[in-house]
Amino acid sequence: MLEVDGISVDVIRDGAARRVLEGVTLSVRPGEVHALMGPNGSGKSTLLYTLAGHPSYRLAAGRISMDGEDVSSLSPEERFLRGLLLAFQSPVEVPGVRLSSLLLASYNKRNGIASGRNLLEVRDPRFLSAMRDAAAALGIGPDLLNREVNVGFSGGEKKRAEVLQAILLKPKYLLLDEPDSGLDVDGVDTVARAVRDMASSGVGVLLVTHYARILHRVVPDEVTLLIDGRIAGRGGPELAERVEREGYSSLRGGSARAGMRYRASWDTGRRRSSWDRRKSALAA
Amino acid sequence: MILRGRISRGLVEEISRIKREPEWMLRLRLRALELFESLPTPQWLRGVEDLDLDQISAYVSSGSPRAESWSELPDYMRKYYERLGIPELEARFLSGLTAVLDSETVYSRMKEYLEKLGVILLPMEEAVQRYPDLVREHFSRVFPPSDHKFAALHTALWSGGAFVYVPKGVRVPQPIEAYFIIGGSLEGQFEHTLIVADEGSELTFIEGCSAPMLKNYSFHDGMVEIHALRGSRVKFITVQNWSRNVINFNNKRAIAEEDATVEWVEGSIGSRVTYTYPSTILRGRGSRTSNVVVGIANGPYLKDTGSKVIHAAPDTRSSIVSKNISNGGGVNVYRGLVRMLKGATNSVSHVECSSLIMDKASKAHTYPHVQLEEPTASASHEATTSRLTEDQLFYLRSRGLKEGEAKSLIVLGFLQDVMQDLPIEYVSVLTKVMQVEFSEVGGLGRDPRRGTRVPEDLGLPHRQALHRLERVRALLIRCLPVLGGWLLLSNRGGCPDRGDAAGLPDAGS
Repeated sequence: MLEVDGISVDVIRDGAARRVLEGVTLSVRPGEVHALMGPNGSGKSTLLYTLAGHPSYRLAAGRISMDGEDVSSLSPEERFLRGLLLAFQSPVEVPGVRLSSLLLASYNKRNGIASGRNLLEVRDPRFLSAMRDAAAALGIGPDLLNREVNVGFSGGEKKRAEVLQAILLKPKYLLLDEPDSGLDVDGVDTVARAVRDMASSGVGVLLVTHYARILHRVVPDEVTLLIDGRIAGRGGPELAERVEREGYSSLRGGSARAGMRYRASWDTGRRRSSWDRRKSALAA
Repeated sequence: MILRGRISRGLVEEISRIKREPEWMLRLRLRALELFESLPTPQWLRGVEDLDLDQISAYVSSGSPRAESWSELPDYMRKYYERLGIPELEARFLSGLTAVLDSETVYSRMKEYLEKLGVILLPMEEAVQRYPDLVREHFSRVFPPSDHKFAALHTALWSGGAFVYVPKGVRVPQPIEAYFIIGGSLEGQFEHTLIVADEGSELTFIEGCSAPMLKNYSFHDGMVEIHALRGSRVKFITVQNWSRNVINFNNKRAIAEEDATVEWVEGSIGSRVTYTYPSTILRGRGSRTSNVVVGIANGPYLKDTGSKVIHAAPDTRSSIVSKNISNGGGVNVYRGLVRMLKGATNSVSHVECSSLIMDKASKAHTYPHVQLEEPTASASHEATTSRLTEDQLFYLRSRGLKEGEAKSLIVLGFLQDVMQDLPIEYVSVLTKVMQVEFSEVGGLGRDPRRGTRVPEDLGLPHRQALHRLERVRALLIRCLPVLGGWLLLSNRGGCPDRGDAAGLPDAGS
């Protein structure tokens, strides 16, 4: 289980620290999809960066653990090796490095079969077919694999390339930062199917989104609401439904109360709703 | 820069006597010595506070001591070889522990083959003895000692190097890897290499190696002269990964006659400070040159590199590609000069400079210079600088790569297009060198035990003989460049084929 236990986070920029998250607690179980919702600027991406170990996000309180191990002070690469993968909302361009090279290097790392000067050797003969199959499933052509990482990629290509890495690298816990933004309808379907498949194969998914569109296709087991850096609510899929219906403003005012209410419901078992029926239908 | 001590006339005469040189060579040396004393000390030699001529004299007369055993090599050096996957047997050649060539190697067969073709490939001293007229006709004609103070010093003290003559119409199909064929004479402090490609001939000459080499002197002042006669084609590849105690000063120049092509590939990985500007004078109609210069300043080192081309005839073409990487406080400087003389009608030149800066402590500067005196000629220049950003680093780290691994991936990507023309086994060694440099604890010269600089008194040899191992021939970088003409360029007292005879900017600014 990925556990975030009461963390407060400062963002360090130009030497100055600014508190962005305060007392955030949540957990992701293997095979579960946990949706993290909140308006722009509420701290969702900050939480994912913090979980992934970005050096500019400093943990001021609390702890992060994976499967019982405290990973709070581990480097980003060590967290990756333990099975955590962040799929970025807007991944940076890395000129000079081909996507296929990055995939190979990360694949070797993830599987512990190469490092240092062997990084770019194909050590596992299954790698090439795994890469091609995963690419094909996402509608990614071989051209894209040969291009420099994210350089000149369209928004949709960037998203697909991130999800491709998730499929190929088989993390235990996947942090997905707005995987649907910038995608057309077919693209959202493709990505959603991939996420469902990963979850059903046992990957714990923390899915960040600020609106509920993708949650119609990837039905979350749990929904947490983050507003102004604090947990503002927690519940099942019906919470996402309520956000979609009412917007965040109605939840913002009573965030503390909403948090208590949904925490209570979460603690006593999930509420069933039309979402569960939709989930069953998708799975079929 | 301050010069301490002096080079005596007696030393120069002694060198000439030991080498049993003809009178004309002794006179050339002595004239060069006079020039050395009379030419002004250049102001552009940055990174060198003073130079002890007495110490240089001592090296010249005593030669280099050699390491006696494997265990005498510094630890980090042995580890570097291990990381490159070079077995001890082979590393012994590189580190100078063994200089003897195996008579069964492909290189000795290559030597026989060259003899059959009529190609002359000899240590320079031997060539002076055996082919005095041929050598005299070309020696010091492409790069005269009067060009600048250190060209004069070189000519007064030269020792070692190679002489190559390719007869008319002879095409040498494989690259000549000079170290493997003539051994230690290429490793001198003042080595002089002269290549004469007769009409319609073709040659690729490789000097150096990307695997690390220890040098036990602190100042290197070598020279390469190439004379490419009508319709010939010469490619000269250098890769240098010397220990970080060396100030590497290189004088490289070619003259291309009608329809001749000269290509320079210059790769500089090691040394503390490197000054090198391969140059070509396009003297004949339709001649061409291409120059690839790669500088890697990994650590608190300076790479001041570039290229010079003088277009002195119609329909000439030149291309200069410079790629440099600065990391860990390293500084790269590109200086280039492209000069289109009046009458070089319809000539074209293109210069491309790319810099990659890996951290905040490192710098890159670009000083291109174009002098266009011919209205029908054209010259273009492109420059790009990219920086490794925190975001890129975090992205790659979040994919499991350590910082060093992420850097080496980016470095190799950056160099990819200049490496693709090299023989595959060169690329393989070079790739490993880059990975060791950027992803493991530090390359040569950054021995954690010894701090950031190799002490100057290692007392070790370096004799790199590298042989066999095709794998190790190392290499890197293809280059092609450029040149500067000896008749045309009045650089006296200025810099050696540097582009900016006037007002050099401070390399460190």
